[in-house]
Amino acid sequence: MDTVLVRMEGIEKSFPGVHALSNCQFELQRGEIHALVGENGAGKSTLMKILSGVYKKDSGTIYVRGEQVEFHNTKQAQTHGISIIHQELNLMKHLTAAQNIFIGREHSQKLPFLVDDKTINEKTRQLFEMIHLDLDPRVKIAELTVAKQQMVEIAKALSYNMDVLIMDEPTSALSDSEIEDLFKVIRHLKEQDKGIVYITHRMEEIKQICDRVTVMRDGHYIATTPIHDITIEQIIAQMVGREVYDTVHSHGDTTKNEVVLEVKNLNQGKKVRDVSFKLHKGEILGFAGLLGAGRTETARAIFGADPKDTGEIYIKGKKVDIRHPKDAVKHGLGYLSEDRKQYGLALNLSVETNTVMASLERFITPLGTVDAKKTRAVAQEFVERLKTKTPSINQITKNLSGGNQQKVVISKWLVRDCDILIFDEPTRGIDVGAKSEIYKLLNELADEGKSIIMISSELPEILRMSHRVLVMCEGKVTGILPAAECTQEKIMYYATMRN
Amino acid sequence: MATKELTKQRLNSKTTQTLLAFASLILLLLIFSFASPYFFEFNNLIGILLATSVNGILAVGITFIIITGGIDLSIGTVMTFGSVMAGVFITMWDLPIPLGILAGIFAGALCGFINGISIAKLKIPPFIATLGMMMITKGLNLVLSGTKPIYFVDKPVFGLIAAKPIVGIPLGVIIFFAMAIIASFILSKTILGRFTYAIGSNEEATRLSGINTDTWKIAIYSLGGAFAGVAGIVMASRLQSAQPALGAGYELDAIAAAVIGGTSLSGGEGGILGTVIGAFIITVLTNGLRILSVPQEWQMVVTGLIVIGAVYLDILRRKVK
Repeated sequence: MDTVLVRMEGIEKSFPGVHALSNCQFELQRGEIHALVGENGAGKSTLMKILSGVYKKDSGTIYVRGEQVEFHNTKQAQTHGISIIHQELNLMKHLTAAQNIFIGREHSQKLPFLVDDKTINEKTRQLFEMIHLDLDPRVKIAELTVAKQQMVEIAKALSYNMDVLIMDEPTSALSDSEIEDLFKVIRHLKEQDKGIVYITHRMEEIKQICDRVTVMRDGHYIATTPIHDITIEQIIAQMVGREVYDTVHSHGDTTKNEVVLEVKNLNQGKKVRDVSFKLHKGEILGFAGLLGAGRTETARAIFGADPKDTGEIYIKGKKVDIRHPKDAVKHGLGYLSEDRKQYGLALNLSVETNTVMASLERFITPLGTVDAKKTRAVAQEFVERLKTKTPSINQITKNLSGGNQQKVVISKWLVRDCDILIFDEPTRGIDVGAKSEIYKLLNELADEGKSIIMISSELPEILRMSHRVLVMCEGKVTGILPAAECTQEKIMYYATMRN
Repeated sequence: MATKELTKQRLNSKTTQTLLAFASLILLLLIFSFASPYFFEFNNLIGILLATSVNGILAVGITFIIITGGIDLSIGTVMTFGSVMAGVFITMWDLPIPLGILAGIFAGALCGFINGISIAKLKIPPFIATLGMMMITKGLNLVLSGTKPIYFVDKPVFGLIAAKPIVGIPLGVIIFFAMAIIASFILSKTILGRFTYAIGSNEEATRLSGINTDTWKIAIYSLGGAFAGVAGIVMASRLQSAQPALGAGYELDAIAAAVIGGTSLSGGEGGILGTVIGAFIITVLTNGLRILSVPQEWQMVVTGLIVIGAVYLDILRRKVK
């Protein structure tokens, strides 16, 4: 049996105005977990979308099990045993798990226009057993956690008898224990001689489960290397092709600084229970915890997005009443959502408009019109200051990479003169190079005297950035640790400190 | 997840809104029965059933479209287009009645098909595409009929479609119930129904699952049009004529019925039972208020408030969840 499952050669792809892929190659073997890495915009997702039939290539050849193939849609790729799990999960949330998995194949054998829910429920049960997932096939997707939804996606791919499974950043929304479960399933698939393409930004994961790594940069193929022959530093060097900022911030003692935000006995719903803490001037306070620990909910309650039930908030020693985000903004608070696309940006508007959006009243001429000269100047200033990569301030933010979109969101709050910034997963879905730029920016902001709450599910990020770390578990604060005392083990201990 | 929990979860979602709508309907019936001795008379109840049948058939058809996350503003005038086509076939061309009925239903389906093409292939937003179709059919109705009603004077049999009593219940009402049962079957048991929910829930995900969403959307809009055609036939039979100026505004009652019944305008959720109850709520309200001598203007105001109230209740329910 030929051990090569997939071979792609000389792949070219252009979108209007962008040469996304030029002369790219890729190879996947049976029983291999193959990491595909590169910065955002490097073309890895595009290459995999071509392999899975989402996009059509301009030229080049694809061989599956030695046979040359042409895919015009996802269905053709599926019949050749290739499935993709997209970064943004593609499930129909109003349908059940079984209905999602067998969409398009739910018809009964005898009467092909009827759906046969009984059979698909049974088949789904079998699939779930295969991946050791304890879930009722009749449960609606909307009721599931992201991790469970991901497992449903994997079950869906398995249901197509696939040989090749492409996973686009599967762990970006998962907690550590959920990632372990996912890895178990992936290793299980590997034992069954499937080939897995694993797209990720998390370097430690590559070392953990992958066999080979292919690096892409700016739409070009760089190299494919067995994982034991390369270090993480070398992979990153291949990815960015330039020096990476990785100096750890000097974790000075910030607790002597003025307290700018104090939260006392905050309660909101079931996810925020009796939360109290202090944030000092020039401090980065890391919020660590597992998914669902109530970190985002705490931030939203402070910010007034979901008004608190009880509790007191003091800003610079003065008690404030925040019932709505507009009150929070008035007191100099800024909240950068983990979901930039949904809550952070008006995606169809320009960099300039987004930059000034939260502070438009400052750019009004006496006639009541918007002072375009000023807004342009401010937008330009922040593009330069934050080194946002954009062709111009008129570019639609939708067309920017994740890291650059994040910079636009940061600009928006800086223009608003916010002193207290809450970053919710600031580097989710952002590539290594841009990540370090965001880190550098956060450190600079703290040095300038801004105070930052950084919610992050990535422990290395928490350890590297925070002056102090607040750990939550099931809505409660279980520990507040100075940076010097922090280790991954310690944080995990507090993060799992259930009553 | 335990089975018990699952049952609870199911009760929480769609069913709650249907139960709520049903409870409101019973409440309205009780209120009006106490308020007026005439309300619960057999003839009045039959009148309510018959009055609901046309809007009910329209509402059942548009439920499919709304579940896909779309809208169809043309079904009111498309319904009349069905009436007029039946009139043209039966009265003007003197063709057999069954052929006229088929022509009416087919005309409706054709309009829906064109809506589907505009929306799925030309990528025109449903609101605009069907607004255009509404104007087109409104005009065509007047052109085809010469701006005058077409009477089925020498075809008294045609009038029986709506009126012929079967164990005391007019055939029109039975057609409505039959259409509702067929629709409910399609929605819950066939792949067309499954894809209706799938498209409304996440169209791109459905497309990426290898399903030709364009084709299915065209089918769903055609189905909605066919239901409008059936409504047109019942309407024409009730009036013994095709009234070309009628129809505009009926789509809003149909949308209101679906929404009161728990069908979400953002797609993915809804059901036929809810829509049927919603349609009855609207008629009972109109009928009851009329019996209590509330002027027609005020009836409209009350119906409007009910629609807003029903949707607000639905939002509250989601929040609590």
